[in-house]
Amino acid sequence: MGTRNYRRKTSHSEHGPGDGGRTGSWRVERPVLDQSVCTPCKRNKESCFICWLFCPEIVISRTIPPTFNLEYCKGCGICAEECPTKAITMVDEAKFAEEEKE
Amino acid sequence: MHIIENGNVAAALGVRLCRAGVIAAYPITPQTPLTERLSEYVESGDMKAEYIPVESEHSALAVCIAASSAGARTFTATSANGLLYMHEQVQWASGARLPIVMCVVNRAVGAPWNVWNDQQDSISQRDTGWIQIYCCDHQQIIDTVIKAFWLAEKVSIPIMVCYDGYILSHTYMPFDVPDQEKVDAFLPPFKPEYALDPDQPANLNTVTLPDVRVDVHGELAHGYMEIRYLLQEDLRTTLKAAAEAEQRFAQHFGRGGDPFIEPYRCADADFVAVGMGSITYQLRVCVDALRKEGIRVGVMGVRYYRPFPDEAIAGALKGKQGVIVFEKALSYGYEGALASDLKSALYEHLAPTGSLPTVQNLIAGIGGREIRTEDLTQTLRAAIHERISKEPHWIGLKL
Repeated sequence: MGTRNYRRKTSHSEHGPGDGGRTGSWRVERPVLDQSVCTPCKRNKESCFICWLFCPEIVISRTIPPTFNLEYCKGCGICAEECPTKAITMVDEAKFAEEEKE
Repeated sequence: MHIIENGNVAAALGVRLCRAGVIAAYPITPQTPLTERLSEYVESGDMKAEYIPVESEHSALAVCIAASSAGARTFTATSANGLLYMHEQVQWASGARLPIVMCVVNRAVGAPWNVWNDQQDSISQRDTGWIQIYCCDHQQIIDTVIKAFWLAEKVSIPIMVCYDGYILSHTYMPFDVPDQEKVDAFLPPFKPEYALDPDQPANLNTVTLPDVRVDVHGELAHGYMEIRYLLQEDLRTTLKAAAEAEQRFAQHFGRGGDPFIEPYRCADADFVAVGMGSITYQLRVCVDALRKEGIRVGVMGVRYYRPFPDEAIAGALKGKQGVIVFEKALSYGYEGALASDLKSALYEHLAPTGSLPTVQNLIAGIGGREIRTEDLTQTLRAAIHERISKEPHWIGLKL
């Protein structure tokens, strides 16, 4: 199965997840949230969401707790940099790969 | 209506007749009078188009790319270093499959700085995925502009309409200007399959992965390689569409012929001179003179350079003893690009017959060095008599 009958002959992306590919595979470091430090988690109130606001890939949810869509998170670390309470830590993906092996 | 005007005006009239909707260009000698004339048409209201002045050729083509993506019939023109400055956007326009028409008024490229005619500018853009058509006189310029819009929109590939600076752009010749109604009948309004639409937002030609991907509709979409293959495939089938354009043009306007080659006294010739642009008409004078001496020689103009009409060229040269390729450009470090391409076509189509003509390559008129008809005749006579040189021979070199 190829793309011979695809309706265009150009590169044409429409708004929607994944039209640029599963960019989560580019990630070297993964954001990990410490809920005991995160402001909306601690207060159980909609607040802060600086991570959601700054994420250039729109992969952080505006929820309590905020969640990361790892299918598309490229691991840029902007959320960890901007978090005012340092609730997000960037963790080497190799660590998770080892855990999955175990 | 027959008028006497210069080649740049012939091009401008063609663009006006085609009702181009957006024109963006930056003036450069010898193209300047063409864009000046178009800006006058727009300013006076003779032409209902947006004329967008820009600060560079790179921006000129960027504007055309945007306008064409938005569904406008789009035109630009340039020469020499202006074309070189556009180069990145030239590749973009063809990859994006936008039917932009651009006149290239052929001029030498720097260094050293030079404003006179040769064809190094457009030949250096050979591998950009654009269609390239060369003109030999003013009638061909205006007719080719009109055909180019039809063909570009048919195959979704941009076209360079090339004509020699000064020799054609600034000289005056009589030519027929077709009626507006006839051009309207030949060339319907441009209706692209997709034009930029705020109700259907899309990201055009963004990062495209090496491999295929599933799009938001769940369909398997091309990777970069598939998109580039389709450009090559469509350029090759453009040869058929070009023949259709020529036939359609002849039906509407009553003139035309072979779209790819223009042979003169070739039928019974043993030797054929080959070239592109105005030099091929000058060579007709040489051929007439040599014919009087009893030398069976003809001249063949190549109109389409990309896609390369290999079959038409090899077919026309079948059974000939020798081919002499005249060029106003060079693939530096080897030989003229046309000579290389022509040899490749002969090898492919004629090698199995066991009879390959000899091929010589003559370089002339670089940087506007005057090409005297007498020198051309003498060199052609000498090349027919015996092989002048294994390397490309430069006519009129004073070294």
